[in-house]
Amino acid sequence: MSNIGSYEDRIRNFSWQMAERELDYKPGDPINIGWYCSDRICQLGLAEKVGLIWESHTGLEKRYTYNDIRLASNTIGAFLSGLGLKPEERICLFLDRVPELYLGFLGILKMGGIAQPLFSAFGEEALFVRLENAGTAAVITQKKHLAKVRKIVDRLPELRHIIVVDHDGVSPLKAREVTFSLDKSDPVNEFDVHPTTAESPSVLHYTSGTTGMPKGVKHVHYSLVAQYLTAKWVLDLQPDDIYWCTADPGWVTGTSYGIIGPFSLGVTQCVLDSGFSAEAWYRFIEKRKVSMWYSAPTAIRSLMKAGDELVKKFDLSRLRHLASVGEPLNSEAVVWSERVFGKPFYDTYWQTETGCIVISNYPGMEVRPGSMGKGFPGITAVILDPNKNEPYPVPGKIGLVGLKFDWPSRMRTYWNNEEAFRNKFRNEWYITGDRARLDNDGYFWFAGRDDDIINTAGHLVSPFEVESALLEHPAVAESAVVGKPDPLNLEVVKAFVTLKPGFAAGKDIELEIMNYTRKKLSPLAMPQEIEFVDSLPKTRSGKIMRRILHAREWGEEIGDTSTLEND
Amino acid sequence: MAIEGLKNIILDYVIKEYLEEDSEPINYETPLISGGIVDSFSMVSMKRFLENKYDIQIPDDRATPDAFDSVNKIADLVEEFVAGKK
Repeated sequence: MSNIGSYEDRIRNFSWQMAERELDYKPGDPINIGWYCSDRICQLGLAEKVGLIWESHTGLEKRYTYNDIRLASNTIGAFLSGLGLKPEERICLFLDRVPELYLGFLGILKMGGIAQPLFSAFGEEALFVRLENAGTAAVITQKKHLAKVRKIVDRLPELRHIIVVDHDGVSPLKAREVTFSLDKSDPVNEFDVHPTTAESPSVLHYTSGTTGMPKGVKHVHYSLVAQYLTAKWVLDLQPDDIYWCTADPGWVTGTSYGIIGPFSLGVTQCVLDSGFSAEAWYRFIEKRKVSMWYSAPTAIRSLMKAGDELVKKFDLSRLRHLASVGEPLNSEAVVWSERVFGKPFYDTYWQTETGCIVISNYPGMEVRPGSMGKGFPGITAVILDPNKNEPYPVPGKIGLVGLKFDWPSRMRTYWNNEEAFRNKFRNEWYITGDRARLDNDGYFWFAGRDDDIINTAGHLVSPFEVESALLEHPAVAESAVVGKPDPLNLEVVKAFVTLKPGFAAGKDIELEIMNYTRKKLSPLAMPQEIEFVDSLPKTRSGKIMRRILHAREWGEEIGDTSTLEND
Repeated sequence: MAIEGLKNIILDYVIKEYLEEDSEPINYETPLISGGIVDSFSMVSMKRFLENKYDIQIPDDRATPDAFDSVNKIADLVEEFVAGKK
């Protein structure tokens, strides 16, 4: 029996108070996600249950019971407080998927800080703009990423501490740098968890914007209520499950469902700190006896590419439930999954801003391959007529995915950018930026983005941020960045570039610009293709018309070109 | 083509382009993709480098994470395509 049971019954009888009661939370009580994910689970009698099994790419394993998680998060929280860091200060986790990332996240929350996880593959400029915008007070990192932090630290006067979790004790440290070793620290048994309340800020995740620099999405501790319940009903996490979420906590899936959801439910989860390899992933599922697997379409398509024969080499019989997130899951992947694993991937839909799954396919419900599923109980999702900003009266038409903005884990604002937050609403509806249609049975079907944001392998990339980086390259005069169709990643970054006088287009300069962008921003943001052009399409007022380039790449109608300047 | 020379060129490129200062030293066998040194997106620029340098085309279905997982494996792949040109 699935946790959700009958979807229709849940819709009829839904109240978030149900989740509050399960969490023993009453409005007005203190609520601290760090405490709920560790101390509370121990109090429920699960102190000796394994909560986290971590494996490195070399096969090194570490196991943490819920009591270990409680002690480790206490220890990190106490260390941060000891440095003088205060509640609501932003503390960045710039780490690979090492145990300190998961335990440090909880430790930050327990001392009242705001956890700011950032993808460790970010280049120095991507890191800089996010730390500067947040006014980050401390960065927790590893020796291997220290060089990137050192390159920007002089431009970050608010950054007081750089905490290195794996320092060898030999290499000299620089100003503001300090070491911390979880393994060598005395465990802190008693720690005064900061009495955060429902609206206390908890997590700051950065997401890409169409026209501006990345925006910090501010979440609060009350988000727990929705993350707990969606993990329970959509991911169907059950007490005996071994859960594997393949997302990196540098992104929201990795925190909402890679930390908060499973730990608040007292589930055993495993983490593989390794790059993608089909064989290594199957081996991991077999070895760890994974029963619930939450992954992403790009990874699933990569596994499809590796072939059916490889699957047969492994015992994956423990797999009980599969789910996917990040971008629309194509119907072929669902059908393939049913064939090779004997069960489909259940697609889930949500965003950094929503904090939790808002539209999904549910256990026990008919999966329509290629569909996003139905709205989560308690969350009102609609298709808006873009001309009226009101829900279409009948299903079938493509419009904007809008949400009634009233569930616990919705973002509270964009950090230092209230205007951008307000711009996300039309007629009180939160606008996701995605287009979809509803069928007659209430299933949503994804149609595309409504803006220029590029969704590559489930990660959103801002064309503006890539264009800004490209312009800093000495050879680049102008640039326009769009998404280009890609069978594996849905879309990839493509740049159109005009060169300054004295520079000639060619393979070498293309590679140089690619690597320049990768190091400055991230591998995701690196253009996978650069097309050198003599000029870019612009309006008469000089604004680059990305949509024309986008339409060409996707083979779509170019549309109205009346504002296009004459050559 | 001398395989050792090829390996050295690839190793130097990986060190120059993908490693930060003070990174742990790597060798021909170090796992690059599964070890998290090079990710699947960065593989594209590595593939482009090899294609430019050796004037070859590596089809996408051969440019897999497993085939790019160490300097030795990459060198074998490149050697195969360079030999195919002759």
